Amino acid sequence: MAERLVQSSYFIASILFIFGLKRMSSPITARGGILWAGAGMLVAILSTFLTPGLQNIALILVAIAIGGGVAWVSGRRVGMTDMPQMVAIYNGMGGGAAAAIAAIELLRGPGSFETVAAIAGLGALIGAVSFSGSMIAFAKLQGLINHSWRFRGQQTLNLLVLGASVVAGIAAVREGSALTVVLFFALALVYGVLMTLPIGGADMPVVISLFNACTGLAVGLEGYVLNNAAMIIAGTVVGAAGTLLTQLMAKAMNRSLAHVLFSGFGEELGVPIAGPAGKSLKPIDATDAAIMLAYSGTVIIVPGYGMAVAQAQHKIAELAKLLEAHGVDVMFAIHPVAGRMPGHMNVLLAEAGVPYEKLHDLEEVNAAFAHADVALVIGANDVVNPSARTDTASPIYGMPILNADEAKNVIVIKRGRGAGFSGIENTLFYGDNTRMLYGDAQDVVNHLIQELKAL
Amino acid sequence: MIDGFTALYLFMLAAFTGYEVISRVPVILHTPLMSGSNFVHGIVLVGAMVALGDARTDVERVIGFIGVLLATMNVVGGYVVTERMLAMFKKGKPDRVRG
Repeated sequence: MAERLVQSSYFIASILFIFGLKRMSSPITARGGILWAGAGMLVAILSTFLTPGLQNIALILVAIAIGGGVAWVSGRRVGMTDMPQMVAIYNGMGGGAAAAIAAIELLRGPGSFETVAAIAGLGALIGAVSFSGSMIAFAKLQGLINHSWRFRGQQTLNLLVLGASVVAGIAAVREGSALTVVLFFALALVYGVLMTLPIGGADMPVVISLFNACTGLAVGLEGYVLNNAAMIIAGTVVGAAGTLLTQLMAKAMNRSLAHVLFSGFGEELGVPIAGPAGKSLKPIDATDAAIMLAYSGTVIIVPGYGMAVAQAQHKIAELAKLLEAHGVDVMFAIHPVAGRMPGHMNVLLAEAGVPYEKLHDLEEVNAAFAHADVALVIGANDVVNPSARTDTASPIYGMPILNADEAKNVIVIKRGRGAGFSGIENTLFYGDNTRMLYGDAQDVVNHLIQELKAL
Repeated sequence: MIDGFTALYLFMLAAFTGYEVISRVPVILHTPLMSGSNFVHGIVLVGAMVALGDARTDVERVIGFIGVLLATMNVVGGYVVTERMLAMFKKGKPDRVRG
């Protein structure tokens, strides 16, 4: 009876998960989506306590209380700009949990069917890699690791470590001795670290999405081991959806997944390439910039990661409101990969109260630049670099960009003179119609607001 | 017990479902959806609970405890973060801009 109740609740949870994800893929229903999925999760967890023969219930409750408390507080406290790394860390936890389930199964030895042990081992490998890889991704985005470890023969070393962990995994599956299991997990964890370390910050969203899909797959595999249908379905659905999402993100950056994982591009190179010959950066001060903006017909604001870092979204919303009071038509142009995550800018601007109808996609807005009086680029760089259109030698050649250079005037708010996140020099900054406004995005926009109010 | 071929069919159908369910997602929802699917694989918690609930030795209990701890963080953190991101999509915010 209890067993049947548990199974029915898993069935209901699976349906709620699928409907929840479906709803989360449309802006109108997205908010309800997480509630559906959350309801499914609650039903599944509560009914699991009714599993016949469940022991160690006190331990389970203590672990849930500690983990839940820590995650609740950290998830509530973190700023909106730090969301990407929080997704990474919570995702890594899921991978670690899948690996833990597998560890218990493997340590019990080959008493169970060998196929089951092999599935447990595969899930363990994927889960452990996802765990340690996600931790590195978190550390990189959080700024705890600033250096990218790269050396000759790195890919060969990584391949060897992966190969060794597969061999140790096979031994662990066949013998189940503590030594082989420990060795297996150690190697898998090291591989996750090694494969993530050389990947640059700009590519992190794609990598986090990939680890998310990996964790889903690992959960699905452990679901087969435990004969748990809810885990199989939810894990596999997330594995597939996450894979598609990873491809969509990589595609938006015009990069193949293999390129992201193995090329080591996407990190500040530290050595800015010299600007185009005979061209120089032309600065502008806030007063002139404010006047230029106030007497424009149309202004297109292009936000980027610099806006997120400086927490400037509220000031920018205020600036847009002020400009509108001056009769200026204000639009926001959102590049699919502006910021650290696709959708990052939308979330931040929505938080600041910018209405959705003002946010425009790349396809919608690109034609509008030619008619705009000012393109105001705030902390964005690679996504407005015209060399992606023209320079076949550029690493970002072919990436769809926002054609900010086509506006009559371009004002670029930028912290310093260095090259962007990818280390590529931006020819937009050297354009005849471009003026540079140096400073922290929030300070500069605040300045602009003061000047506008004074007009 | 789910036998081999049933398992394969289940895997195939669930994979197609995952692919189809999100195939028409707009770019603005990429990050929230990643976070939402991150929450959904938190279902690993029920597996970790069963594993700890079935643990017989101290070593198994320790590993199981870690499993439940990590899985709960996946569930709770994933939910909180997703909910916060999606809260930005509620209607009636524009009045703050118009003042």
